[in-house]
Amino acid sequence: MIPTLSSSIISGVAQTGMAGLLEHPGYDGEKLRRVSEQLPCREVQAGMLLSLMGEPQQYCYPSLFIYGHRASGKSHVVNVLMKELELPHVTVSCVECVSVALLFEQVLLSFFGCDAASLLPRSPSISDFVRIYKQQTSEFPSKQTRYIVMEQAELLRDANVNLLPALLRLQELVEDNVSVILLSEIVWDKFRPNTGCFEPLLLHFPDYSKAELLHILSAHRHPSYSAGFYSSYVNILLGVFYAVCRDLRELRHLAALNFSKFCEPVAAGKVKETETHKLWKNIEPHLKKAMQTVYLREVSSLQWEQMDEHETGALRGLSAHTHVELPYYSKFLLIAAYLASYNPARTDKRFFVKHHGKIKKTNFLKKNEKTSNHLLGPKPFPLDRLLAIFYSVVDSRVAPTASIFSQISSLVTLQLLTLVSHDDQLDSPKYKCSVSLDFISAISRTVNFDIVKYLYDFL
Amino acid sequence: GCEGAESSKTRFKLCLDLWNKIKTETEDLQDELNRNILDSLLEFTRKCSSTRRHGDWASQMRASEIPTAALVLGVNVPDHDMTFQSLSELLRCSVTPHVASLQAKECGALKHLMKRVLERLMDAVVDDEEEEEEEEEIQHSGALLHKSVHCSLRALCDWYCSKTKKSSCSSSGKKRSSSAVDEQQQLPVVIIFKDLEAFNPKVLQDFILICSRYLDRLPLMFIFGIATSPSIVQRMLPHSVSSLLCLELFQSLSCTQHLTTVIDKLILTHSFPFKLNGKVMQVLVSIFLYHDFSVRNFIKGLQLALLEHFHSQPLSSLCCRKKEAQIQLQQLGAADLERIRQLPSFNRCKNAQQQEQDNLRTDDAYLKEVCQKLLKALHKYHKNYYPILRCLHTLTSSLPRYPLGKQVRELHLICLEKNVWESEDYQTAMKLLKMLAKDELISLLQKCAEVLQPVKSKKMKNALVQLEELLDKLKQLNGKLVEENLTSPVKNLQKKTDLFQLQKTLLEMNESRRSKRMSPFEVLRNEVVEFVDGLVKNHLLPPESKPLYEVCYYSSSATVRRHLNATPRTSIQAALSSPYCYIQNDILKSEDGSVSNAAPDICIAHKLHLECGRLINLFDWLEAYSTVVSAAEGNGPDSDGFGKVDEVKHARFIRAVSEMEFLGFIKATKKKTDHVARLTWGGC
Repeated sequence: MIPTLSSSIISGVAQTGMAGLLEHPGYDGEKLRRVSEQLPCREVQAGMLLSLMGEPQQYCYPSLFIYGHRASGKSHVVNVLMKELELPHVTVSCVECVSVALLFEQVLLSFFGCDAASLLPRSPSISDFVRIYKQQTSEFPSKQTRYIVMEQAELLRDANVNLLPALLRLQELVEDNVSVILLSEIVWDKFRPNTGCFEPLLLHFPDYSKAELLHILSAHRHPSYSAGFYSSYVNILLGVFYAVCRDLRELRHLAALNFSKFCEPVAAGKVKETETHKLWKNIEPHLKKAMQTVYLREVSSLQWEQMDEHETGALRGLSAHTHVELPYYSKFLLIAAYLASYNPARTDKRFFVKHHGKIKKTNFLKKNEKTSNHLLGPKPFPLDRLLAIFYSVVDSRVAPTASIFSQISSLVTLQLLTLVSHDDQLDSPKYKCSVSLDFISAISRTVNFDIVKYLYDFL
Repeated sequence: GCEGAESSKTRFKLCLDLWNKIKTETEDLQDELNRNILDSLLEFTRKCSSTRRHGDWASQMRASEIPTAALVLGVNVPDHDMTFQSLSELLRCSVTPHVASLQAKECGALKHLMKRVLERLMDAVVDDEEEEEEEEEIQHSGALLHKSVHCSLRALCDWYCSKTKKSSCSSSGKKRSSSAVDEQQQLPVVIIFKDLEAFNPKVLQDFILICSRYLDRLPLMFIFGIATSPSIVQRMLPHSVSSLLCLELFQSLSCTQHLTTVIDKLILTHSFPFKLNGKVMQVLVSIFLYHDFSVRNFIKGLQLALLEHFHSQPLSSLCCRKKEAQIQLQQLGAADLERIRQLPSFNRCKNAQQQEQDNLRTDDAYLKEVCQKLLKALHKYHKNYYPILRCLHTLTSSLPRYPLGKQVRELHLICLEKNVWESEDYQTAMKLLKMLAKDELISLLQKCAEVLQPVKSKKMKNALVQLEELLDKLKQLNGKLVEENLTSPVKNLQKKTDLFQLQKTLLEMNESRRSKRMSPFEVLRNEVVEFVDGLVKNHLLPPESKPLYEVCYYSSSATVRRHLNATPRTSIQAALSSPYCYIQNDILKSEDGSVSNAAPDICIAHKLHLECGRLINLFDWLEAYSTVVSAAEGNGPDSDGFGKVDEVKHARFIRAVSEMEFLGFIKATKKKTDHVARLTWGGC
């Protein structure tokens, strides 16, 4: 099946294109035209935002909350508006602000310059910030609304409990024409603190539809090819990837990676640009493969491009390399940990004691736990149990040397075991084994240990 | 005393020389082994830094990814330090001065990680530009002050901008060799994560997110040091983060191969006079294989053995090159000569003649003369031993089921232990050799010839000549073999015969097959095997059979084991149950495993607690303790204060109990008041 452009989609795109002219009093018409050019398929949201912001000198609503999925144009819209309309603003990424000091500093720096930022004490509180802001704003008053744009605002929830409520009503606190715009991928309901707070205005950015994606992607065509040719390529690309990925950024990346392959037959002169079917036949398996490899980052984009050249296709992905070489006793420690994690403790006697007396097999095998332990996942076990199993599993006599114990902790740092209880080594620590059955089977094969025989689930 | 000091000085010097030699050898080896992987890594960094900004359509459209090298190094984490050190040095010399390497333990939170990155990168600048003008110093100190205020990537970015601008200015001003192209091509900022697994995933994710925001201004690149498998990257980072990386894989040499080359260079060679005996070697190798896979620790073990040997063996002053050893021998004092007379290996080899024995016992000059000969013989033995060992290994390492081991070190261990030709494995190996096909045999023998080629000893040269003769004969066999096949007795059957005749001929054929003369190839093959066997019997004697072997061989495996593979539990147990082995006080001596009542408090408390069950009543314990201690004070059971708990005893008991808690024998429990829980089994 060849995906084709249906006429209705085209007209839909055309309509949005038509409706895209932004009009707002207080802003220069030319600037607004440039803005709408840069924001294809986001005119509605941009218009809404503009009308919320009002004219530059008018007071804006104290806080806006914009949410939508990744790459739905949140930051792009806000940044383009701010830049093109030349509004006083600061954009802060919350990931970057490891401390509130950084956040305050960036705001003060871009609004009032270096001197204001240096007024902040060493570990400033929100009231320090408000005090300095007030002081500065009385010195340098601004006619226009100032905007503080906070990206990845969901991280504010992990910061000081007072920070988010204070930011939401910053306008009131500093008595200045300032507005805070929060951008997030999470809905507002997940933000609301239990103590309650000022409710921001919510603005949702919906995902781009397929037609919109097509429209935007086609806009960035390769300069040496025609628009029609490129948009037919994007159409094929979307046909493969739309089901798994709607991230515009990622799609654009994939489009760039695979375009040269798409052009190959045209460049070689075998196919004309208009022969969509032949082009599709050529590129489709390549794109399918891309979905399994480069999209999942199994293969890096660099390697993907190089593979194009010699076309071996024998590139091994990241997850193909799972083999880990371990010292002999580490292997047995890991096996013991796996057994301890997946066998109930009461069955140890049956597996590891040579003459386990009269535990009737039928009685024993009555699995009162219907579900397999492998479905439930690993269970924590104490160190003593691990060592007891280790000594009975390993075939030679092993002295309890320091290096045996250090191997346990190095297995923890290698993330093959995880420490579940607290870090106190004196008070019998507990571990979990975090490797898969395949992994442990491979390990036990190298030491000639039949692990399946020792697993309760496989009895 | 003075003499001993003299010899100890020379011994120390010898030891130091040897160790320095070992160190440089291993470092060279490490560099050589890492060269491949480091070269490809450097190539990668160069490629990344050059392809970064093309400005063409594709690179504009592509999401900006941080170039990342995933360096899979294996689980021998202690060895990684050296690799990373040489890597960052190489990077600094040939790619970029901006290299920061991070360890997980110093980056608990994002803040710390950021701080480390900034510190490392900016400090490197301070070191580099020390000779430049003072102005910059002032500027820099200003930057340092500023840094403490805000430690963000923005600061780094500003620093980088000023740095590149400055360097381009200065280079144009001073008219350095750097061309305009160099200026355009920005030097990348490389951040090395030494142990990726140990990093907190959240911190790493945040850091990568931040870095990706600055990628257009700051040409960053990462190197991940991975100990397990590359799929850990996907386990630690979600797709949204890993999609920001352009990950390329680099696999390093496995540590077992590394060990093999190290052993090859340091141990299986006659150029190092210092040797390990079989048991010590076994201990070191098994620590490597069973415990840590760390080549660095193996070399540390070798160093320990070296030190111990030169420290504990007075005759080790003879453990050096042949000529030096001769000189040392002449300078030996009477005490050392007496030591030689006492050596078991020396006594074993002495001739039975009374006259000579007397001479040896009394005449120092004669003794020296004999020793000189013996030392020479020892050196010769080493010179011949290793080539023959390698030959035998090349012949046997490809045999089915590896009767003499896959690695040279295994064969070496066998040879050190006993006469290798007496072992059963050797017999089977020889039998298997006698079944080899011709071309296999030829290729193996050619390899052997290659091994023998560079050896300068006379005997080895002879052996090589013989070997080549055999090889020539084997090669010339070709024509004869065909002839042989043609003259088979089957042609007798061609005539038509009756039944009786047929029976007769068949019987004859059978007969002839049984007693058939071996083909010339088989004869030759047997000859080859005999030849090899002869070489082995001549040269692969265990070193213990050689007189004066104690001079070169270190044999105290127990010391090495005790030092390298410590058993803290056992030592604590031993200290508590028999304090005499640590505190050499005669009062503490006891025969039957009981603890004297004069022992330290903790020993008594430990002994008493062994008699309790899972829960210990503290008061009963105190009572018992006080009784024992009263007895030690010499109060008879009849006296007044006997068994009474006074404040001093109480305090001593409390201290002993808390010490035991610290050692992990007991812990507080909430199950019963006034009780503590035992954490060990046994006793009673």
